[in-house]
Amino acid sequence: MKKVAISVYRYNPDVDDKPYMKDYTLEVDEKQDLMVLDLLIKLKEQDPSLAFRRSCREGVCGSDGVNMNGKNGLACITPMSSLKGRKIVIRPLPGLPVIRDLIVDMSQFYQQYERIKPYLINDEKTPPARERLQSPEDRAKLDGLYECILCACCSTSCPSFWWNPDKFVGPAGLLHAYRFLIDSRDTATEERLDDLDDAFSVFRCHGIMNCVNVCPKGLNPTKAIGHIKSMLLNRAV
Amino acid sequence: MVSVASTFGRSGTHDYVLVRASAIIMALYSLFIIGFFVTTPDVTYANWSALFSSLWVKVFTLLTLTAVLMHGWIGIWQVLTDYVKATRLRALIQFVVSVGLIAMWLTGLFVLWGV
Repeated sequence: MKKVAISVYRYNPDVDDKPYMKDYTLEVDEKQDLMVLDLLIKLKEQDPSLAFRRSCREGVCGSDGVNMNGKNGLACITPMSSLKGRKIVIRPLPGLPVIRDLIVDMSQFYQQYERIKPYLINDEKTPPARERLQSPEDRAKLDGLYECILCACCSTSCPSFWWNPDKFVGPAGLLHAYRFLIDSRDTATEERLDDLDDAFSVFRCHGIMNCVNVCPKGLNPTKAIGHIKSMLLNRAV
Repeated sequence: MVSVASTFGRSGTHDYVLVRASAIIMALYSLFIIGFFVTTPDVTYANWSALFSSLWVKVFTLLTLTAVLMHGWIGIWQVLTDYVKATRLRALIQFVVSVGLIAMWLTGLFVLWGV
C-alpha cells in the first residue's frame, strides 16, 4: 500500500464563509493506477460531506469535469499516474460559480450553447418521405465536431470565456455552431452567421488553444472556430 | 448577436480585418524605417528631413499613423472589455486612449505638413 496526498477544494455556502483547500491522505494499492474519480469516491467514503458530480464513470457523460493539478479534465478517465507532483490538487472547473465543493453552476455555459441553436434547421416546404440523406463526404465533415459531450472542460479553461461568459460563446458552443454551419442538411447558415458576426461571440477567440489542450475527447475547437471565422470573412469580403 | 457601440468596426468581421490589415501596414513601415537606419551610416538632420520630404514617404507615414489609430483603438477596446468590468471606468479609459490616438494622428499630420 502507498499513501497518496490529495488536496480538495471545499466550499459549502450554508456553512463556510469562504472556500478552503482540505488535505486528505488515501491508502491505495501500490500496483493500482486508479482514476481520479475512484480517488474521489474513496474520499467520499472517508468524508461523506464531499460533493462532486459523476455518472457514467467512463468518459461518456461529461459530468465529472474538474481541474486536476491545474488542468481541466474528466476525473473518470484521468489516471492518477498522469498527474505530476507530490500532491494531487483537485478544484472545480474555473470561472463558473461554485454551488458546492466541486460542483459548479453551468447555467452560463448552457445559455451560450442554447444561443447557437444546437439543432438542425431546414426550411424545405415538404419534409422528405424518408430521412434527409447525406453523401459520405458531407457526413465526414461532421467528424471531430459531433463527438463533443459538453463537459465544459474547454470553455472553462478559456480566458476569453472567463472574462466574458455572457458574450463570448466559448469553444464548446462554437464547436457545435460549426457542426451545424457545415451540415449539408441545414439551411440556416446565413442566419447562424448573422448571429455570430459581432466583436464577442466568435472573434473574442484569440487562438491560445487551451481548449485543444484539455479536451478529453481529443477534439479541436480552435480549428472549428477558425473555419467559422473563414466563413464570416468569405461572405464579408 | 452581441451589439457594442464603443469599438471601431461595424462588426466583428470588420474589426478582425482592420486589425490584420493595419498590422501589415505597420510591419511594412517598421521594415522601411529599419532599412533606412541600416543603409544610412550617418543619420543627419539633412538626410532625415530629405527622407520625409518626398510625397510617398509622407503618405506612407500618414497611412501607418492611421493604421496605429485603428489597431490601437480596437486592441485597447478588446483588452479593456476583458479586464475592466466597471463600465464607467472602462468608458473613461477608452475615451482617454481614443482621444490620445486621434491627437497622435493629428500631430503626425501637422509634423509631416511642415516638412
